[in-house]
Amino acid sequence: MNNSLFTQLLDLACGAFLLAAVVVLWRRELAAIVRLFALQGLALAAIALLLGLHEDRWDLIVVAAGIGALRASLLPYLIRRALDALVADRTRDQDGARAYTYSEEVRETEPLVNVAASLLTAAALTLLAYAVARPLVELDPTPATRALPVGLAVVLIGFFVLVTRRRALAQVVGFLLLDNGITATAFLAASGVPLIVELGVSFDVLLAVLVLQLLTARVREAFGTTDIDDLRELHD
Amino acid sequence: MSPTAFAFLLTAPAAVPLAVAGAYALAAPRTRPTAKAFVAELTGARQRASAQGSVLVAEAPEPDQVSARHGQDWAGLVSPAVILTCGSLLAADVVDDGPKAVYSGLLRADALTAWMLLVVGAVALIACGSAPAYLAGERAAGRASVRTVWRYHVLVQAFLSAMCLAVVTANLGVLWVAIEATTIVTAFLVGHRRTRTSVEAAWKYVVICSAGIALAFLGTVLIYYAARQAGIAEAWALDWPTLVAHADRLDPAVTRLGITLIVLGYGAKAGLIPLHAWLPDAHSQAPAPISALMSGVLLSVAFAALLRYRVIADAALGPDFTRVLLAGIALLTLTIAAGLLLAQRDYKRMLAYSSMEHMSLIALAAAIGSPLALSAALLHIAGHGLAKATAFCASGQILHLRGTSKIGRVRGLLAQVPWLGALFGLAIVGLLGFPPFSLFASELGIARAGFAADGGLGWVMAAALLLVLIAFAALATRATHMLLGPAPDAETAQAESPSALWPLVMGLAACTALGIATGPLGDLLTQAATVLERA
Repeated sequence: MNNSLFTQLLDLACGAFLLAAVVVLWRRELAAIVRLFALQGLALAAIALLLGLHEDRWDLIVVAAGIGALRASLLPYLIRRALDALVADRTRDQDGARAYTYSEEVRETEPLVNVAASLLTAAALTLLAYAVARPLVELDPTPATRALPVGLAVVLIGFFVLVTRRRALAQVVGFLLLDNGITATAFLAASGVPLIVELGVSFDVLLAVLVLQLLTARVREAFGTTDIDDLRELHD
Repeated sequence: MSPTAFAFLLTAPAAVPLAVAGAYALAAPRTRPTAKAFVAELTGARQRASAQGSVLVAEAPEPDQVSARHGQDWAGLVSPAVILTCGSLLAADVVDDGPKAVYSGLLRADALTAWMLLVVGAVALIACGSAPAYLAGERAAGRASVRTVWRYHVLVQAFLSAMCLAVVTANLGVLWVAIEATTIVTAFLVGHRRTRTSVEAAWKYVVICSAGIALAFLGTVLIYYAARQAGIAEAWALDWPTLVAHADRLDPAVTRLGITLIVLGYGAKAGLIPLHAWLPDAHSQAPAPISALMSGVLLSVAFAALLRYRVIADAALGPDFTRVLLAGIALLTLTIAAGLLLAQRDYKRMLAYSSMEHMSLIALAAAIGSPLALSAALLHIAGHGLAKATAFCASGQILHLRGTSKIGRVRGLLAQVPWLGALFGLAIVGLLGFPPFSLFASELGIARAGFAADGGLGWVMAAALLLVLIAFAALATRATHMLLGPAPDAETAQAESPSALWPLVMGLAACTALGIATGPLGDLLTQAATVLERA
């Protein structure tokens, strides 16, 4: 693959990667958010694949396939299943109120920061990421490291989602955006961390999502809602 | 020692608990399909649905079941014993022959590793020794079904395994994986009661710790990037000794960013500001032996990771960067802990905030960074682990006894349960920093090192001592309130079982022994501090 094509494709994948994170802030339907997260996983796998092809490293291509399988299909599937379980649970409880509960549990009805302000914040966070990443790019200016601020921007946006969204599953997606951002940073900066670390990290993320999925069910069982803002029993 | 034996000693602390966890998981009775189990599940679910403090009927267990349960609860002591044995053998070897690595640098033992292994083993011995009494209490109260007890054992052993892996690995990426794994396995231990409060604590714990520690991973990635750019090969770019040796070649700007993220991230797990909010909730909701493990060693295992990064940062950036960062974080954490201790009405939360106080003292010692400060910090890690584990295990028994964790509703412990009351009181006295407990020696060491250091650290130390005094007053008045006074009328002097008390006695005895003379551990402590100051 020649260099300019590689750069263009890499920038395209990184653009899609960032765009998916920003659109997560825009959408309120949890199902749509999960789909966007899956798309972002694909973009991440594409970044790893491009780097692998560019550097002729087969191990990176295998890692890219693994990342695609985990982040574009398995994790979205798990969250999707948790979402369906919440809806099914509620409709079994009170059959008549289906339409009402539908809007209640599967939508981010009232995020702490509204959509317009969220999008503006995302823009500000992206600028911040570019400012912070200047020394990182200057250390070794290649096409890949020039795209590195995108990874940091997604990390910041993930944090923002985690802090401002109230639905438990939206927070899980926020955590995963954060994690996607870090993985992208690792690929763009140094073509990924060593394989054993990458495996350990993926395993940890998978387990963390399983734990959070079970905890979501328990939050629902104990509080009757998955609105994390209602968790106010413990304070000083 | 032959390399094979050495490799075995390094592998066993992480592998044996994992094997025990596997054995527990395999040995767990599969009673799900039977009608009896179904009924038990159903009543369990009903009890969960009813309010938390409801009165529950205790069932009389059959004799053979009881003996099986005892075996099952005591089998958990195998792992702490193995960790302690391996820790002492490694200590003896490392003190004489210096650090050694096996499996191409994946696992490595130096004096700090041996020291942390000994601390983990000792605290785990207290926590696992207290587990049978705790579980018996839970069973008597009808809160523990057979399945939850097995799950408890599996998760505790996995937790120990992850902590030991974090201690023995030299690869900074594997270190991160192990510390994140501790969050995952303890999530269900924090939330095992399924009440509103414990589910809330578990959710906050997982979200805050995972997000916080994700920052540490980003920091690790940046250090890796800097190391690769400095010409270190892929396989060695996350190896701690290699990074320390070549730290002067790391790009300062990238390293600065990476170290800041790492301090914030591992600081979250060590109970330091700004991501400390999970700590009081998780510590107060977890079962007492788990609180003991989390407060006694999990915080310090995360902090030991920070200490290792501090060496790299000091070599790459000069000592001032981490000094300002750590001193600032330590003072802020200390302020928050002292302030919230003053307003505390719950004794488990009180102990949690006391942990934050002690961790910030250790952070301050790391900021000072002189040999005296570092060995005092390591001694403080050990002393705090032992005393806090004792205090938490005692508080669990107090909770069983009185059914409340409100300080205002607990009076006259000494009159009702003289042994337990005295042990809890002594543990608090130890945490307050009185002699003969080792926290006296270490706090004195930290204070002396602080006033000897230049660059305004004396003033920081003075402010810290003032805050420690506030925390001291708060902790002392609350503990006195709980211990003194007349025993409650309904249930006067109760019989106390020695099986529940020996771990507490042992913890305090170890803490006292460390305070009087470090003995053969003195060499290890000095060498461990040397490992950390080589800059």
